[in-house]
Amino acid sequence: MDFSGFLLMRDEISLVALILILLLYDLFAPAKARKAFQPVACLLFVVQIAITLLPTAADHAFGGMYVNTPVASVVKTLMSAGTLLVFLFSKKWLEEKHEIAQGEFYFLTLSTLLGMYFMVSSGHFLMFYLGIELASIPLACLVAFSKKDIFSAEAGAKFILNASFASGVSLFGMSLLYGGTGTLYFSDMPIALTGTPLQIAGMILFATGLFFKMSLIPYHSWTADVYQGAPTQVSAYLSVVSKTAAAVTLFTIFFKVFGVMAESWKPVLYIIIILSITIANVFAIRQKNIKRFLAYSSISQAGYIVLGVMAASPQGLTGVVYYMMVYMFANIAAFGVAALVERQCGNTEISSYNGLYKTNPWLSVLMMFALFSLAGIPPFAGFFSKFFIFASAVQQGYYILVLIALLNTIISLYYYLLIVRAMFITPNDNPLPNFRSDNYSRIAMVVCFFGIVLSGIVSFFYNKFDEMAKESMEVCEYSMPKATDGTANGIATAAFDGQTAEAASGDASAATATTAMNATAPWPSTQE
Amino acid sequence: MNLLSIFVAIPVLMLAGLFLSRTRQQARIISATGASLLMVAAVALAFLFMAERHAGNTAEMLFTASAQWFPAWNIGYSVGVDGISVLMILLSAFIVFTGIFTSWNIDPLPKEYFMWFCLLSVGVFGFFISLDLFTMFMFYEVALIPMYLLIGVWGSGKKEYAAMKLTLMLMGGSALLMLGILGIYFGSGATSMDIMDIAQSTIPTALQKYFFPLTFIGFGVLGALFPFHTWSPDGHASAPTAVSMLHAGVLMKLGGYGCFRVAMFLMPEAANELGWIFLILTGISVVYGAFSACVQKDLKYINAYSSVSHCGLVLFALLMMNTTAMTGAIMQMLSHGLMTALFFALIGMIYGRTHTRDIREMGGLMKIMPFLGVGYVIAGLASLGLPGLSGFVAEMNVFVGSFQHADTFHRVLTLIAVTSIVITAVYILRVVGKILYGPVQNPAHLKLTDAVWFERLPVVVLILAIAAIGLYPSWIADWIHTALEPIVSRLTLAAL
Repeated sequence: MDFSGFLLMRDEISLVALILILLLYDLFAPAKARKAFQPVACLLFVVQIAITLLPTAADHAFGGMYVNTPVASVVKTLMSAGTLLVFLFSKKWLEEKHEIAQGEFYFLTLSTLLGMYFMVSSGHFLMFYLGIELASIPLACLVAFSKKDIFSAEAGAKFILNASFASGVSLFGMSLLYGGTGTLYFSDMPIALTGTPLQIAGMILFATGLFFKMSLIPYHSWTADVYQGAPTQVSAYLSVVSKTAAAVTLFTIFFKVFGVMAESWKPVLYIIIILSITIANVFAIRQKNIKRFLAYSSISQAGYIVLGVMAASPQGLTGVVYYMMVYMFANIAAFGVAALVERQCGNTEISSYNGLYKTNPWLSVLMMFALFSLAGIPPFAGFFSKFFIFASAVQQGYYILVLIALLNTIISLYYYLLIVRAMFITPNDNPLPNFRSDNYSRIAMVVCFFGIVLSGIVSFFYNKFDEMAKESMEVCEYSMPKATDGTANGIATAAFDGQTAEAASGDASAATATTAMNATAPWPSTQE
Repeated sequence: MNLLSIFVAIPVLMLAGLFLSRTRQQARIISATGASLLMVAAVALAFLFMAERHAGNTAEMLFTASAQWFPAWNIGYSVGVDGISVLMILLSAFIVFTGIFTSWNIDPLPKEYFMWFCLLSVGVFGFFISLDLFTMFMFYEVALIPMYLLIGVWGSGKKEYAAMKLTLMLMGGSALLMLGILGIYFGSGATSMDIMDIAQSTIPTALQKYFFPLTFIGFGVLGALFPFHTWSPDGHASAPTAVSMLHAGVLMKLGGYGCFRVAMFLMPEAANELGWIFLILTGISVVYGAFSACVQKDLKYINAYSSVSHCGLVLFALLMMNTTAMTGAIMQMLSHGLMTALFFALIGMIYGRTHTRDIREMGGLMKIMPFLGVGYVIAGLASLGLPGLSGFVAEMNVFVGSFQHADTFHRVLTLIAVTSIVITAVYILRVVGKILYGPVQNPAHLKLTDAVWFERLPVVVLILAIAAIGLYPSWIADWIHTALEPIVSRLTLAAL
């Protein structure tokens, strides 16, 4: 028997091992040793992250059910790192509120993480479905983790109902696809895709599951309630790690499997992007609760991320992965500060932030940096990630779409500045008194701080991801057909050639970009 | 390290130093030292630049350096200066230097104030040395955002409203700009984002028609282009003194500089074709700003509207697209930068004493504080274009250059714009007459004192600079001519 497949899956295997160790430790360790549960768990998790950092070959296993690419590997590392940050922020909260259930929190969170690993690496729709289910169901438990809190229980119910509905629709879509093509393998499906109505319906229904996970409008209605009701740490996890998995999977599947039908899904995404960004932005302005506020902000951020999917190019993939990393630091920092403030003052109203700078300067500064990064203001990393994702969309000729997105960044800047105003400008006679945060949260905050400040200016990350994205595109049989004359990205007419179809717009060579600009639909015709 | 990178490095080091500082005195010393170093560096750069030119180095950009940053998008950190950038760097160094001294007694949170101030100067200097579109744009935005907190925390009056309005309008401009930059890059087919490289390739005229307005308006918002100027009066009136100085003195020049360096230089065909629309808008800026200044009662509002008028003249002259007028435009940038900074500094000092900026509540201040009064009169005279001071040289060039166009359209517009000189005289003399001469309005004002050393220093420095440009303009005129040559020749070529 060939064991190389298992070696390829070392990210998943190490995570399973970690889950089992923690489960046994929680079960059998004596009461004294259980006190050290969280530090031990975090340390072991660091080891697991180190394992995911080892370079892996781009290859597939189990007959193509499981596919590993450099990008998938780096995304797993990112998700693990995000989860670790969430754990660090959760430590004190678990000790105070859920002493007995510490193990469960870790076990459940890591299980969803495992599901997300499989989503990212899936090469088959069934595999993908298993992944998304594994990522959803424990998440519902996490949302309802504070089971004595009525809002948390309500949020859990909302989440599980919405999630099961979405995955049901998604499963139905897969069955239509199977009916229309006769296969569920990612690599086989493109050949059979001809763009029949059945296939298009299957594709759209299938995508529902991912749109739901990313909470794009119109699949967003659960987001604000769940984020508000769930424990803040869980909201952070939902908004960052869960979205990362969904965004990267969305890119891979739409690019790899449905690449030949790009002209059918691009208009759908076009509308979804505009709706998500605009509506969420307008809603965010009116929020009085920081968690609802961040929920709407994260919906609009998801809209920006889909711009990279829209671009469907190596630059787009790099953009998505890089955006997720930057977004992870900023959003976890924002949620982390929100969690600390919540523990101190007992509510999550934005008005509790009034005058925070006077008493808690460090928290305020971190929050401000996080918000500036989310708003895309240099020198923070968010500026770079937004620029690159916009650039990748413009490269494919989506000028109007990018213009709408850019104008929306102004609205978003407005509401991010509202929080900054509350912390720095609004006078308040008795602001929240100064408090010391625990050391674990501090470590997480320092990591986020440096992530926000440095991951943009230091070009290492972007350039590394870019390399990986190019490699992933080359090695794995991505199906975007080559550009032929006349068609912009070779989306529509060129037949799928099965082998290593070089990504059409692979080179940033601007000559092709110009033709792309003239030929793609959203741009008014410039040939006179 | 590259000579030019020093201008970014010094403010960054200042930031680090301020971060570690503990007392107000330390923060002051660090800021003052840093600002003086910037001054020295800027003067040294000017001399080195002169030496290079004398030695016969005729390259468009001097002291260039570049490093790869994001190879996937051909983005690099590339820097270089021509005569105009050197002058702008000099101007910025002057204003930062004087601004630090003007905010000597800033309260509350001096350390934070100086840190934001430094971040602002990182953006300003970075913008003027950059040749790479991306880097330039990044520094541009770096310069914008500190304004929000500088106005919001340390401002006065309707500060929250003004800060939000200013930030959102300027960021709105930069959103358009971002699309414009991406359009320029992809449209040109260049293999780098370096402006000089992009200039080698031509952007199809059909595309230019879309991206020129985007870029021009994007920068124009900061240059107080007519319908987008409304942030300026509120923003300047609410900002603390040194921030008004820096903003009106330097930041508004970023707009003008970007307009010709990026929009007009890279898209000359569209500039020729669509220039007339913007010419009308800037013409309105010039006259409308001047008229508005006439009816204001708040000193800062008067000066803010006067800035709209003067900065409108900068864009107006740039769009005339001949060497004389454009030379005038650059000189107007310098002249306006210096005199508006002087104005705001003096207004801040007067306000610090009288606690009012309403001109109806002041009078006879010349006798009480002669130093400040004389300073104000000099700034006013420079503003209305008295020969011997910088304003005259600039406006002379602008209007002579504009009138060189033989067609009716340009000439009529020039005639309309010229009226602003008269209106300027009206509002300047009105203020001078009301607050400096005549009877003392408020007996409490009799007890006020004149300026102290850290107030006199910036005033003297700025007056000297204004007089230097006014009395001996030819050295900067030479630099500007040389620097404008490639731009003007591209524009003329495109007009044919």
